Amino acid sequence: MSGPLLEVRDLHVHFPISRSFPFAPKRTLKAVQGVSLTLNQGECLSIVGESGCGKSTTALTIMGLQEPTSGEILFKGKPLTGPNAPARKDRARIAQMVFQDPYASLNPRQTIGRMLSSQLALHGIASGSDANHRVAEMLTRVGLTPDHANRFPHEFSGGQRQRIGIARALMLDPKILVLDEPVSALDVSIQAQVINLLMDLQETLKLSYIMISHDLSVVEHVSDRVAVMYFGRVVEEGHWHSIFSRPTHPYTRRLIGSVPDPDAVLTGARPVPDAEHLPSDAIFFPDLSHPADPHVEDAPSHLVPIGPDHRVRLAK
Amino acid sequence: MTHKESEPVLSVRDLRIGIGKQNAILHGVSFDILPGETYGLVGESGSGKSITGLSVMGLLKRPLQVTGGSILFRGQELLTLNSRARRRLRGDRMAMVFQEPMTALNPLATVGRQIAEMFVIHRGLRWSQARTKAVEALENVRVPSPEERARSYPHQLSGGMRQRVMIAMALACRPDLLIADEPTTALDVTVQAGVLELIAELSQAEGTAVLLVSHDLGVIANMCRRVGVMDQGRLVEEQDTRALFERPLHPYTRGLLAARPRLGSRTLAQRGRLTELDEVVSSDERGRDQPTLVTPRVFSGATP
Repeated sequence: MSGPLLEVRDLHVHFPISRSFPFAPKRTLKAVQGVSLTLNQGECLSIVGESGCGKSTTALTIMGLQEPTSGEILFKGKPLTGPNAPARKDRARIAQMVFQDPYASLNPRQTIGRMLSSQLALHGIASGSDANHRVAEMLTRVGLTPDHANRFPHEFSGGQRQRIGIARALMLDPKILVLDEPVSALDVSIQAQVINLLMDLQETLKLSYIMISHDLSVVEHVSDRVAVMYFGRVVEEGHWHSIFSRPTHPYTRRLIGSVPDPDAVLTGARPVPDAEHLPSDAIFFPDLSHPADPHVEDAPSHLVPIGPDHRVRLAK
Repeated sequence: MTHKESEPVLSVRDLRIGIGKQNAILHGVSFDILPGETYGLVGESGSGKSITGLSVMGLLKRPLQVTGGSILFRGQELLTLNSRARRRLRGDRMAMVFQEPMTALNPLATVGRQIAEMFVIHRGLRWSQARTKAVEALENVRVPSPEERARSYPHQLSGGMRQRVMIAMALACRPDLLIADEPTTALDVTVQAGVLELIAELSQAEGTAVLLVSHDLGVIANMCRRVGVMDQGRLVEEQDTRALFERPLHPYTRGLLAARPRLGSRTLAQRGRLTELDEVVSSDERGRDQPTLVTPRVFSGATP
């Protein structure tokens, strides 16, 4: 296998907006406008951007929870969307999701063991004592103990609940985990533990991650590659080191510059690193001084390579 | 303002909060906030930082109750005041900004009306006058086209705008003390920077003392001159911000500082593990009074 594990090609997701009066022109909100991403085996690709930039919609489309308006998603070269898409049951064994708020995503009336083993029964993988054995194994793997299987979600702390969320996602042995803000609901003191767990699991289980996050220090720590999204488009993408050491698009620079940095108290404000040198006639897209309207079609733009594995969006 | 500049606006002494008399949650917390000063309370969820803020406002809900200690606001004991007197202080002399502006604002009233209410209740203005003042208040927190926005309902505004409305409401009567409980946790980083700058500017311009409650060390470091670290219902360390980051004294503080991922700390060569809190501080070192390590200004008599 040489090609990418997952490929998103020119993805568009549009939502209709209710009209203000019956004969008003139809309007659509273009949440995702032509996003292309590739995820290689064993990689962690992070999508960063602020709320409303389309990062969660992109993730939901990859998970099959949202129909794309156009564009395609390929897993090992085979389409995940459209007429030849696999059934939902088969998709569940390709990609799974870890949600931001683990408590909201766990059924409060089901024990952890029942929740984890029901997936195995549904997919006909294991049942009875074999299933219980697998549940115990998975709980140990995520840093819990086998007897936690008899407890209910409310009996766990926030960090433990996120471990359960991870165990739930891993039960069917998926190839890809989509992590939607996996630590932002957790205390600082717990974040490090969950990040370490995710990094360990990625290595031992040979997983590939798509992480959605707005916490740039976590992104820098965990990712191999980073895509920065702004108003439905990828405005800059590349190797994590290029993005953080030479952020070039004005939006990426603003994002990195806005992170409150405790070390700034000691050393003075840390300047945003230098930008990659660009030809003088290059115009960044979108222009941050004129806020984009997501309802209208705007000028053409393209991602231009500016270094090895580093691309930035410019106006055509 | 009648009080002297050097006297603390708020002085909390040995504050204890419990569920009934038996189950203590806050085990004696003491700190002072001077006029114009921003004091940070940092700690994880359940450490007691939010209920400290709520008890100052007098907004503790049953079964939580103050079981001991004192809260002096401009020299006046708050704990012995009746609820009427406290309500008169609230919103006028002391105000609070909450974490989630959507749940804290009234969804059925325009934001202009909600701000105007402050002037009607505390300043005795007519509604028509109060509305003009409300638009001014929105202008002060840099809400674009404030007149139009005053007629909007909370759901029509973005998260950052809602938080600005909350701040406008809190600062409407120019309080002496502003309590901000995780004011930017629900906001994007780029919006967060603007809101924090706004709080800092307004507090400097008006000399408002700010109690900033947050779990984000970055926010605390940027905003506060002095920081108290809370763990398991105790203030385990209090220092000037710079000193806290340079020489954390309590093992818990050291753990907290070590456990955060830091921007720019990863090397190209490898993806290292993060230090976990319990690798630095053992559980029996946590939440323990260590009087020698705590250096409250009240005991040393030092002023910043």
